[in-house]
Amino acid sequence: MDINNKKATRQSYGEALVELGKVNKDVIVLDADLAGATKTNMFAKEFPDRFFDLGIAEQDMIATAVGLSTCGKIPFASTFAVFATGRAYDQIRNSVCYPNLNVKICATHSGITVGEDGATHQMLEDINLMRGLPNMTVISPSDDIQAKWAVRKAAEIYGPVYIRFGRAETPIIYDENSEFEIGKAIRFGDGKDATVFATGMMVAEALKAKEILEKEGINIRVIDFHTIKPIDEEIIIQSAKETKKLISIEEHSVIGGLGTAISEVLTNKYPEKLVRLGIKDCFGKSGNWKELLKYFGLTSDEIVKNIKNA
Amino acid sequence: MVDSVFLKDLEEKSKNIRRSIIEMVYSAKSGHPGGSLSIADVLTTLYFSEMNINIDNPKDENRDRLVLSKGHCSPALYATLAEKGFFPKKDLKTFRKIDSYLQGHPDMKKIPGVDISSGSLGQGLSVANGMAIAGKIDKKDYRVYAIMGDGEIEEGQIWEAAMTSSHYKLDNLCAIVDNNNLQIDGKIENVMNPYPIDKKFESFGFNTIVIDGHNFEEILNAFSKAKETKGKPTAIIARTTKGKGISYMEGNASWHGKAPNEDEYKLAIEELLK
Repeated sequence: MDINNKKATRQSYGEALVELGKVNKDVIVLDADLAGATKTNMFAKEFPDRFFDLGIAEQDMIATAVGLSTCGKIPFASTFAVFATGRAYDQIRNSVCYPNLNVKICATHSGITVGEDGATHQMLEDINLMRGLPNMTVISPSDDIQAKWAVRKAAEIYGPVYIRFGRAETPIIYDENSEFEIGKAIRFGDGKDATVFATGMMVAEALKAKEILEKEGINIRVIDFHTIKPIDEEIIIQSAKETKKLISIEEHSVIGGLGTAISEVLTNKYPEKLVRLGIKDCFGKSGNWKELLKYFGLTSDEIVKNIKNA
Repeated sequence: MVDSVFLKDLEEKSKNIRRSIIEMVYSAKSGHPGGSLSIADVLTTLYFSEMNINIDNPKDENRDRLVLSKGHCSPALYATLAEKGFFPKKDLKTFRKIDSYLQGHPDMKKIPGVDISSGSLGQGLSVANGMAIAGKIDKKDYRVYAIMGDGEIEEGQIWEAAMTSSHYKLDNLCAIVDNNNLQIDGKIENVMNPYPIDKKFESFGFNTIVIDGHNFEEILNAFSKAKETKGKPTAIIARTTKGKGISYMEGNASWHGKAPNEDEYKLAIEELLK
């Protein structure tokens, strides 16, 4: 990982949509007046006949996607995570997930890194909301490469998929040849001192922590959970068996997200203590996103500290 | 002029459908008879005259689509689909019971002929828009019908969707408002007045037609006018009577969502057999 090589996953989303549009004519893209921010405008420019702006009407957008999907289309509906999963929750629950329709909900601007816009726009509960829905697949890519994989894979599988993209530029972790399978987490290293389970942009932070700790003779492993649902149970149990400490970290509330998903598996199959790092049951606030990550303890330093103290 | 033998046949069909509605709700001891009876004549006309559908291939991609946005009126839809032959009429008695495919609200994955699952009000017009947009993209000539309740249009999403229907010039879409004037808490103008419904749809860019929703000739004419209208969607405001056909249910909001007891059931069937 070259930490200076960065890209926002929303940018990756825009690029991946254009590539997908070229090879799959059933792909239709919908947006709710945020095409410039979600980067769906790249697809709109390339395929104007397959792009529909529904205006500032997220509920209408999701249910329109539903209608399209019943006619064989593969709609990708995009807006900010807070509106996609909050404003249109009932539409996603009753009209997308209950009939198990082929709708892809691709939300950008997830998490605290929306920054200056503040709490109203910082979605910290989306994984929780989407994970609780039957039939829903939940993907939270950690970098540019994974974000593009997620878009391609979402189009390949039938059924509802939620993909969570970020606004901030984050390090590119993987190379073009890396592989991606929905539901299969990716392991970095085989250290036995601790496991850090991470998702989204926190994977890069965990990898930084891994390097720092190695210099001090502490060997950890990092697991990238790009898929939160279905969760990779096997790798959780294996990590619990092989390592001394377990920590999860996510740019999301500690309630209902990755940490919760992992604790559910541990409780059912291999009870071990898990330290869950994330936003501790509170709303965000305005500020520069890098400062906010420090404020909320979502950094490699915080991981290092917790591994030493856990 | 519409052929009188054909009209008589539609009347006969709608009577059968009303009877099935009562049988279903009585057998389930729950369900929504009032709004089912008010929309029965429109549904009869759609399935026995207007819609291009194929009972041997319910998912035919060229078929016309129906969105029952007021999904609680599933008894009317199921009774119509059974009358049409999508599934056996005897199955209607399993409505709302455990292990039945006839769920309380329409389930497209379980029920042949149901084009979309529905139940949470306010979403159907958006779904119908999506189907209509897909038809435009694929240059298919199928039509999409969306049936809403007059109380249902209090949901804000209906008006988001109405903007979309008109913005994308969905002339392959026909919205129908079952204007029976009653919702659970009473008369619609007292609970949350949506009138004037026709003027509202008109101002959102719809071709608007107001009809007597129990007069087959008017229903047929409205659908044919909708088909002829190009460049904009059509909204048919069907003035109806909640509980139509059962004297003691007519115009009575308390029959929105309850089943008749044995005596009431017998009386209802007697009236329908007249």
